[in-house]
Amino acid sequence: MQPLSRTQITWRAAQDIADGSYVNLGIGLPVLVANHLPADREIILHSENGIVGIGPAASDDQADPDLVDAGGQRVTLRPGAALVDSAAAFGMIVGGNIDITLLGAFQVASNGDFANWDSMHPWKGPLVGGAMDLAAGAREVRVIMQHTTKEGEPRLVTQCSYPLTAPGVVKRIYTDLAIVDVTAEGFIAREIVAGLTPEALSEKTGAPIVVASNCATLSAPDL
Amino acid sequence: MKSAADAIADIPDGATIMVSGFQGSGMPNALLRALVDHGAKDLTLICNGAGPHGTQQARLTDAGQVRKLICSSARGRSDEPTPLERLWRAGEIALELVPQGTFAERIRAGGAGLAAFYTPVSVGTDLAKGKEARDFDGRTYVLETALKADFTLLRADRADRLGNLGYRGTQINFGPAMAAAGATTIAEVGEIVEVGSFAPECVQTPGIFVDRVVVLPDLR
Repeated sequence: MQPLSRTQITWRAAQDIADGSYVNLGIGLPVLVANHLPADREIILHSENGIVGIGPAASDDQADPDLVDAGGQRVTLRPGAALVDSAAAFGMIVGGNIDITLLGAFQVASNGDFANWDSMHPWKGPLVGGAMDLAAGAREVRVIMQHTTKEGEPRLVTQCSYPLTAPGVVKRIYTDLAIVDVTAEGFIAREIVAGLTPEALSEKTGAPIVVASNCATLSAPDL
Repeated sequence: MKSAADAIADIPDGATIMVSGFQGSGMPNALLRALVDHGAKDLTLICNGAGPHGTQQARLTDAGQVRKLICSSARGRSDEPTPLERLWRAGEIALELVPQGTFAERIRAGGAGLAAFYTPVSVGTDLAKGKEARDFDGRTYVLETALKADFTLLRADRADRLGNLGYRGTQINFGPAMAAAGATTIAEVGEIVEVGSFAPECVQTPGIFVDRVVVLPDLR
């Protein structure tokens, strides 16, 4: 059994973004999806600090401290980009203009609840950023995360133990082991890595998971 | 105004202050440095990201000048608590955490003369606890109140004598909303341009919202 690397998960998630989509990528693993967008599709990346149309990351000589994305990375703009203020940028999000948001998560529940903002750390200050706005406002919420914690605990669960970011919004989860859809019937595996049996997948998943009858092999190029 | 110190000299203890900026872009660092030196205390600070250590804004919270913080993030990036995280844990700073879009809209509403609005954001989470909820067209929303300030501090790229402002790149972020929501709005800019040199449709914050401008040419 060969789990996908972090880079391969982001590559795989990128392949599912349709031509013409407006997309917001969350901080962490999701922003790496930008490196793998299919070149033949016009996909417009939105950043909550006011960019519609982020281009590639800035090289050292391009880097401008007044062109940063939501994670503070120095970025470029693609031709046709627009810059707006924060209230307008969030109006785009909560107003339902973002087709897809890809977010990281600590946990996703089989009813689509997810938790990604409060790690319940003993001393770290709280941080919510734009996570709840994206979760409530984007037309589709997809999550990218490892299938289990470093300690092997499932992140796909029946009920989140961490504080929720939003209830009932996640539609699809990309992990190192599987692509899982969240449906009215609970988790359904659409793709599973080669060599992982449905039984082994169930053991690593903290809620009932059905393997789709047409379940495919989850694979990605060496990246 | 001649200097950042002059521009903030009348900020009293107990004032509510909005500070624009996002990930370093649009931070009014000269005004913040002057406010630390000025020493006003018991401030309510309304800023999006209060977490990063070592910034001029963090110097204000670290110095114990802030009694209440309204923000979307107060998390440091280090492996040990930042001074802000210690003050928060010790109960020395009250913290109101707000989803960033709600934060922006509360400020926008404050500047537009609105008292409150309903948003779907945070419904079903801990941040909606205790807030009035109401259904519209089958969806649940929570009531969020507007934010206003005694003083707004922001950075822009350029200004004219009337206070019209233009920003560079992502410097704009919370600037327009905070400029409107501040009773007294103070901008630090890299350049003063002649009245009439802005194309009227390219004024990003009109001077009607701006009370004081400090030019700091080394910012550009």
